Parts: sequence; structure tokens; C-alpha cells
Amino acid sequence: MTGPAAIEVRDVTKEFVVRRRVGRVRRERVVVRAVDSLSLSVRPGEMVGYIGPNGAGKSTLIKILTGILLPTAGTVRVAGLDPQRHRVATARRVGVVFGQRSQLWWDLPLADSFDLLRSVYRVPAARHRANLDAFVDLLDLGPFLGTPVRQLSLGQRMRGEITAALLHDPAVVYLDEPTIGLDVVSKARVREFLARVNTERGVTVVLTTHDLDDVERLCSRLVVVDRGRLVYDGTVEDVKARYAPDRTLVVDLEPGAPPPPGAVRSDGPRHWIPFRRDETTAAAIVATLAGLRDLTVEEPGIEEVVRRMYRDEARR
Amino acid sequence: MGDAAALYWRLVGAQVRGAWQYRLSFAALTVGSTLATVLDLLAIVVIFEQAESLAGWTFDEVLLLYAATAVPFGIADLFVSPVEDTWEHVRLGVFDRYLIRPAGAFAQVCGDGFQLRRAGRIVQPLAALGLAVSRVDARWSGGRALFLVLTVAAGTAIYGAIWALTASGAFWATEAREVANSFTYGGGFLAQYPLDVVTGSLRRLTLIVPLAFVNYLPVTWLLGRPDALGLPAWAPFLAPAVAAALCAAAALAWRAGVRHYRGAGS
Repeated sequence: MTGPAAIEVRDVTKEFVVRRRVGRVRRERVVVRAVDSLSLSVRPGEMVGYIGPNGAGKSTLIKILTGILLPTAGTVRVAGLDPQRHRVATARRVGVVFGQRSQLWWDLPLADSFDLLRSVYRVPAARHRANLDAFVDLLDLGPFLGTPVRQLSLGQRMRGEITAALLHDPAVVYLDEPTIGLDVVSKARVREFLARVNTERGVTVVLTTHDLDDVERLCSRLVVVDRGRLVYDGTVEDVKARYAPDRTLVVDLEPGAPPPPGAVRSDGPRHWIPFRRDETTAAAIVATLAGLRDLTVEEPGIEEVVRRMYRDEARR
Repeated sequence: MGDAAALYWRLVGAQVRGAWQYRLSFAALTVGSTLATVLDLLAIVVIFEQAESLAGWTFDEVLLLYAATAVPFGIADLFVSPVEDTWEHVRLGVFDRYLIRPAGAFAQVCGDGFQLRRAGRIVQPLAALGLAVSRVDARWSGGRALFLVLTVAAGTAIYGAIWALTASGAFWATEAREVANSFTYGGGFLAQYPLDVVTGSLRRLTLIVPLAFVNYLPVTWLLGRPDALGLPAWAPFLAPAVAAALCAAAALAWRAGVRHYRGAGS
């Protein structure tokens, strides 16, 4: 794809000054580098999984991209604009969902929040109407549009938050943990919706999450940061093959059945069987088991994958 | 500017609708804040129970002085004091939501924090103003009435600017809220009495924090009284200029504060 990038981050560094108490009165200035000369480019219409452990500098970079924070060094372009100098103009082209912090008006019906956002973003009435109708339909918001936000369930509120971030037709959306705490049905609905918005509207999506499933189902590209630095930028398939080839098959067998071969741990009828994805499959192992009642496959969480990546980085 | 004002009123409307969901508590709080301001007035009445005059001022004159600060204070309290929420927003890290949106943070914070029940605090001062105007001998004319209106407008701007200035401190020192309150609420209280009764550094303070321009100087001019501060005769007419200067200073402080916040982070 050609044309300008949707997001262009060049050598961005962000340092915070933290004052730490040493002794009774004296305070020491400590400079913390949250983002460390990071460069990144995202094409229009891409959907990027953006992950890293807590405190890796994920949110700091998102805040720089929205213009909330100013970088200490380096340049940023979002939808062709410089969020440092043109915060308001950039904000018009960007949508944000911070899963843990609501963008909605707590005491007002959900519909009123959407109405206020129309004023905030100055969206033409017809455009707003068309977008709202489409999102209400896709996310099934109808039943609770008149409910005050504080009374919504987490799943309902999150669907409201995502709608709020998209009503003004942003070119770029940052989603920070949009599926956190959601049940399986809500999660699936949100994912399906995001995939549609991305393909049908061409919105560039940066998805921050701790849920590797989100990334696997939605993103072809994965960007991993740790300690403010980029430690991986590539496909999801590659990262899994390289850093997370191991799985654990957890099976429940008939009571009294002996532990199956390869089990490293047994607890009553439940047994844990580790295997490598590049050597065998869960199906192949299951085929050897007798009296199987239930099974799940556990894979390393994102924290573990990133930990391994970082360990590799340090060894280099 | 116009956009910010339009957005502000949309947010205010939303808050009023939100408060309307709890009608009973809204009514109780409005009555409560109305009664609270009556106590201020009562304090003046009690003083005049004991004395004929206060530093040469009659009850009606002090009433005018009181109303000339209480009305602008009440209006600024209603429309601008929500900017104080900035302390809370910065401390809890939710100020970001205002910077994510394509609009000025000031209008958003003031609009979001609007509480209609504060209107209760203007009711009694307005009644006091009406009463005082009808009773004092100020040789009322069209021009002098306009002067009074401008005085109230300038006073409102001065109090609003003091609120914005002190709230800008939130971006640097999250724990200094009480210091800020001593300027806003403390200043509002101090201005209720003739400056003739305060002396020394406290009197000079009313010029630095320009409370003297809110009511004391304009009211002494209206009543033809001597000015205890010994300022030139044209000083009472400076109130709108002082208000404009203070508003400009507040705007600069707010911008610098937001800039600092974006630089330092939360």
C-alpha cells in the first residue's frame, strides 16, 4: 500500500521526572524513561495488536499519539497531523477507548452522551444519525439507549464506549482493553464489530490488550513493547511459533483412570499434559486417551510471551 | 470562543437534566445553599443590632456593599467555580478525557461540573441588592445604574478569573487546593465588609487580589464616601480594566498549566 502512514512515530522518547523522598525532607529527582527512542509506522486501514506488560510504556505512547502528552524527543504524525501542535485538530480525526476510564456521562442516558459527543466533535446531524443507526444496529444498543450509563452492565457500557469513539468517523482508533472483563458472548460481539468497522470503514485500529485471543482473531500484525522499547513487530503467527510453541492440554478423565502418559501433574480426575505445537497437536494426544470427559488447551499468556521475548532480547 | 461557549451550554444543559433525575435531593440542596447565604446576611444584621454604624457606614450602605460582592460571587460560583474540579480530575488522572476531545478543556470542565443548585446562592444576594438600591441615597440616574450593572459584571469576571487562576495551580501542585480555596472563598468573605474596618497588610491584600475593585471602590463612589485606601478619584472606574487584565492572566495561567500537564504527565 502506498500513501502517507496513518500513524508515524519516529524516535520518540518520553521522560518523566519523579520526585522520590530520600531522608526526612530531601527529595531526589529521578528521571524515568517511559518510552525509549521508539519508531513505528502504521498503514491506513491496518489493525495492529499493541501489547506489552504493565508499565511497558504502552499507554504513554497512546497518550502521545492523542496529544495528551508531549514527547520529550522525536516526532509523531497521526492522520497527517502533529498532535503536539494541533491537539484539537488531531482529536477530531482520532477515537479513543480507555476500557478502565469512561468517556461517557455517568448520570445521563447513553443516548444523551452520544448527543453531547455530536456537539463536542461537531458532526453534521445527518452523518451522526446515519452512524448512530448503524452502530445501534450492529452492537444492539437499542434496549439500553435510554438507560443512565451508571446503570449499564460492563458489556453494555463497553459497547457504548466503542460507539462513542467511532461516531465522528475517526481515521484512527486506539482501543485500550476493549474486552476486559467481558463475558464470552459480549467479547465475541465486540470483536466481530471491530473487524467490520476495520474492513468496511477502513478505520486504522490500534488494539491494546492483555488477551492474546483478541489479537489472534483481529490483528495480522503485532507490536510488542517492553520498558519503552519495541521488542517485536511482525505477524501474530511468527510470534506464536517463536515464543509460544508450548501448550498444555488439561483433561478430565473418568474417575479412577490412571494418569495418561506425559502428564506432569494430576489432581483427581484432572491431568495436565504439556506439548509443543510444532511437534504434535492436541487432537493427536486426545486420540490416545480413553474415558475423556472434558478438555481445555492452555497457551502461554501474553505476559509470558513478552517475558520470553524480553529474556531473548537481554541475551542478545 | 463561540464554539467553546456553545459546547459549555450544551454540557450545562446535560448536567441540569442529570440533576433533574433526583428532583428531591436537588430541591433540598438548592434550599440549603439559599439558606447558607442567609447566614452571611444575618452576620451583618447582628453587627448592626450592637452598633449604629460600622466604620461610619450605615446598615443600608453595608447592605449595598455586601450585595455588590455577593451577587457577582454567586454568579461566578454558579458558572466558573466548577473549574475547581480540575484538582480532582488531575489527582485521579481523569483529566485526560478532556484532552482527548477536540475542544478546550476549560469549557468542558466548567460545563461538566455545573450544578444548578448553586443558583440558590444568588437568590438572597439579589434580593439584598434590590433592597439596598431602593434604600441608600446614591442620587440614582441612568448612568449610575449602568455603573452598578458594570460593577456587577466586572466583579463576576474578577471572581471567575480568580477561580481559574487558582485552579490552574492544580497542574503543578495537586495538594495545594486549600491554599486556592483561601483566595476564592476567603476573598469572597472578606469583601463583604467595608475595607475601613480592616487595616495594614490585609487591606493591601485586597489590591493585590483585586477585591477592592469588586465592590468597595465602586460602592464608595456611588455613595460619595471617602475611600480608605486613598486611591485617585478615577480608581473606581478601573474595575472593568482590572477584570480584563485578570481574565487575561487567568487564560495564560490555564494554558501554561495544561501545557505543563501535557509535558509532565500524570
